Amino acid sequence: MAKVNMTVNGSPASGDVEGRTLLASFLRDQLHLTGTHVGCDTSQCGACVVHVNGEAVKSCTMLAAEADGAEVTTVEGMANADGSLNVIQQAFQDHHGLQCGFCTPGMVMSAAALLKENPKPTEAEVRTYLEGNICRCTGYHNIVKAIMAASGQDVGAIAAE
Amino acid sequence: MPKDSGIGASTKRREDIRFLTGQGNYTDDINIAGQAHVYFLRSDIAHGTINSIDTSAAAAMPGVVRVFTGADFEGVGGIPCGWQVTDRHGEPMQEPAHPVIAQGKVRHVGEIVAAVVADSLSQARDAAEAIVLDITDLPAVVDMKAAVAEGATKVHDDLTSNLCYDWGFVEENKGAVDEAFANAAHVTTLELVNNRLVANPMEPRVAVGDYTRHNDESTLYTTSQNPHVIRLLMGAFVLGIPEHKLRVVAPDVGGGFGAKIFHYAEEAFCTFAAKACNRAVKWTSSRSEAFMSDAHGRDHVSKIELALDAENNFTALRTETYANMGAYLSTFAPSVPTWLHGTLMAGNYKTPLIYVNVKAVFTNTVPVDAYRGAGRPEATYQLERVVDKAARELGVDPVALRRQNFVTEFPYETPVAVAYDTGDYHATMDQLESMIDREGFAARRAASEANGKLRGLGVNCYIEACGIAPSNLVGQLGARAGLYESATVRVNATGGLVVMTGSHSHGQGHETSFPQVIAEMIGIDESMVEIVHGDTANTPMGMGTYGSRSIAVGGSAMVRAAEKIIAKTKKIAAHLMEASEADIELKDGAFSVAGTDKSVAWGDVCLAAYVPHNYPLEDIEPGLEETAFYDPANFTYPSGAYACEVEIDPETGKVTIESFAAADDFGNVINPMIVEGQVHGGLAQGIGQALLEACAYDENGQLLTGSYMDYAMPRADDLPNYQVDHSCVTPCTHNPLGVKGCGEAGAIGSPPAVINAVVDALQSGGHAVDHIDMPVSPSRVWSAMNS
Ligand code: FES
Ligand code: FES
Repeated sequence: MAKVNMTVNGSPASGDVEGRTLLASFLRDQLHLTGTHVGCDTSQCGACVVHVNGEAVKSCTMLAAEADGAEVTTVEGMANADGSLNVIQQAFQDHHGLQCGFCTPGMVMSAAALLKENPKPTEAEVRTYLEGNICRCTGYHNIVKAIMAASGQDVGAIAAE
Repeated sequence: MPKDSGIGASTKRREDIRFLTGQGNYTDDINIAGQAHVYFLRSDIAHGTINSIDTSAAAAMPGVVRVFTGADFEGVGGIPCGWQVTDRHGEPMQEPAHPVIAQGKVRHVGEIVAAVVADSLSQARDAAEAIVLDITDLPAVVDMKAAVAEGATKVHDDLTSNLCYDWGFVEENKGAVDEAFANAAHVTTLELVNNRLVANPMEPRVAVGDYTRHNDESTLYTTSQNPHVIRLLMGAFVLGIPEHKLRVVAPDVGGGFGAKIFHYAEEAFCTFAAKACNRAVKWTSSRSEAFMSDAHGRDHVSKIELALDAENNFTALRTETYANMGAYLSTFAPSVPTWLHGTLMAGNYKTPLIYVNVKAVFTNTVPVDAYRGAGRPEATYQLERVVDKAARELGVDPVALRRQNFVTEFPYETPVAVAYDTGDYHATMDQLESMIDREGFAARRAASEANGKLRGLGVNCYIEACGIAPSNLVGQLGARAGLYESATVRVNATGGLVVMTGSHSHGQGHETSFPQVIAEMIGIDESMVEIVHGDTANTPMGMGTYGSRSIAVGGSAMVRAAEKIIAKTKKIAAHLMEASEADIELKDGAFSVAGTDKSVAWGDVCLAAYVPHNYPLEDIEPGLEETAFYDPANFTYPSGAYACEVEIDPETGKVTIESFAAADDFGNVINPMIVEGQVHGGLAQGIGQALLEACAYDENGQLLTGSYMDYAMPRADDLPNYQVDHSCVTPCTHNPLGVKGCGEAGAIGSPPAVINAVVDALQSGGHAVDHIDMPVSPSRVWSAMNS
């Protein structure tokens, strides 16, 4: 067991972890931040995406010990200060970009990372960027639309409501 | 003007708020103080005899609470099958025992051999490595036709063969069908495979068993689409726990698509072990475990023949299908290739004579059961492929051939035992044609060809039977359950409502759409209505969500309960306004007396029911709570027409979906935004099946596609934007909302559109390819082009 300290969603967090404890497990099991989901064991699905020092990371693929001293943001830390949905979250609700909600935390975190790096992505760029995030419910149409809308682009041309 | 609330409004989903902020409550988020964890040791061979299992070293490992094997489950019931099919000769299907933990033999990779319960998951996993298994390999049975050949190794030694049943439908019609074929002007024959799929909801299955000794009560938290069904099956048939001592909770569930309908061994284990260990026991599936323990879908090998007369009218249809059951019968497995498949073979066409033969086969593979569409995609794929092939053979336009044979008069009795109440197949085809610019296709093809690509257009229709189902009918067909749905509507003293529904939402948005219906009926704000679902402790006995049944059956139950509430509130309002009940009208949340200006608000009437001072106590009870059970009179029959345009790169064989359009008739629609989302998701799964997904075994029964590294899930860049439309509306005639259901349509209608388009593209390039099996991977397409 080793002690880790990090800042999670702006607050200090610490705990004792085994060498093999994954960041995803530490967040879920020890910090009870269950918004971060685990959908696979081969680093493919992206349900577990969080931000570590501002970068999108698959938390199932990083050891908790590696995040020692880091700034971590999870989906629980994404809403506006008053608790209202942030621009990306609001766009997902407005454009029905989620159904069962299981992939959603990872999608929101990946979308935020994309828009930080590319504030006005094309539809093709959004689809390519989401290569590491699997959604089984939505068929992606409305996720792509939501992310385009969150970037401030007109999505009227993307069919369907 | 689109409505902004009530029926027909695209109300934004209220459940999104918790999912978007990480506040969902999925089963894996549930942790019970003092809980232990179970790790299942699973068979890594497909077929073998268990000689011994030595658990002594494992039991002595740190943190281990107890190690279980099949021996601990002797005398405990097996996992039951919920549907009995009767074969062509009037005999019941062969039904093998299905133990919770393997007994005597292992029959598929992934079958549970032992279970270690320990303080932590890592301790349980470490201890499982210390279990010593002595298992003698037996030859594995994988290929279905080989499995039913003379002398094949048997999956179950106590059965007469690997044939579960040989089903004929309608057996009495067989002679007439054969005769029609003998007299046909043209016969088109097609052999095809409906590829085995894994449902892959993004949330893996989870089960948490809990037990309280003082009152001998068990609770199971589980990722289920139908908690009451699990309570009944597990309580009555596996563990012998009466229902009042067993609570099943399915909280937020991260997608189901059929795979979370069934009762699984892990659920029974966790419930059993919690009592045996007097401690909560939790299991969370890894994705690797999911691939080898969630029921798989599809896996049919079929031959279909279509007979036509000299005018190209369909005169008869004949099919022979081998349907894989896997090693054991999962909950609804026998019904999928039979009653959910044979009954759909008429499709949108007035073919007068149909005969369907299905041989269900046991193999050393994971059990196969319903996956989104369940039987109906398999029927639609065969039918719409053979019609397309017939059109190509006859040199006629595939759309014209379909139109010529459409059913146009309703109600329509098919020769396969169902009666379509409504539909307008020309209207959905017209709508589709208006969406796809068919005239412009030649120019688009020319442009593709100029770029060295092939382009194809595929069109097809579909019909499905959903809103499952009339209980008396399915009872005759072998269902061991009723298929009604239930709802309790509770009105609080200040007028807010809670609806406790037997339907379950795992992505469908019931928390938003169900209140839209109640709000419309009473004329109040949707926010005054809350939905409770997913807990047997506080919802009436319900059959759950699958078969596109939630709004058609569950919604109807809710409407019936709300009608009882409204009838009672009218009585109270009549009393309060000293008027005749017959004159009371309810509109915009207020009761008025016809022809007067008297009115009383909804909330005041509700308050009177709970504070019955001025109240007709001699005539009616206080309080406002009503329950209804709704059993549908018929299935519902959504239908539609789909079109896909593909481009093929002849250099690589890669198929790209250029566009996909869907024109559906779902009857009335409650929330168009949600309906369109359901269609999108179904299309992605259908296109995924056609283009990418395949669950593969080698000849030894080893699962070759056991993770997302090997099983190609559709990703955002594999799929197009979809054009969807549901403006063609022929309301269902037999449910109060006139709704038909929309959950499965996309997955049913889309695979043939893709394959029809691929064949069209290949033929346009001069390739003599009249069929190509799914998934149309680059290697398959390239080989087809270069053979
Ligand atoms: S759980 Fe991390 S990628 Fe799937
Ligand atoms: S919303 Fe269910 S997996 Fe994406």
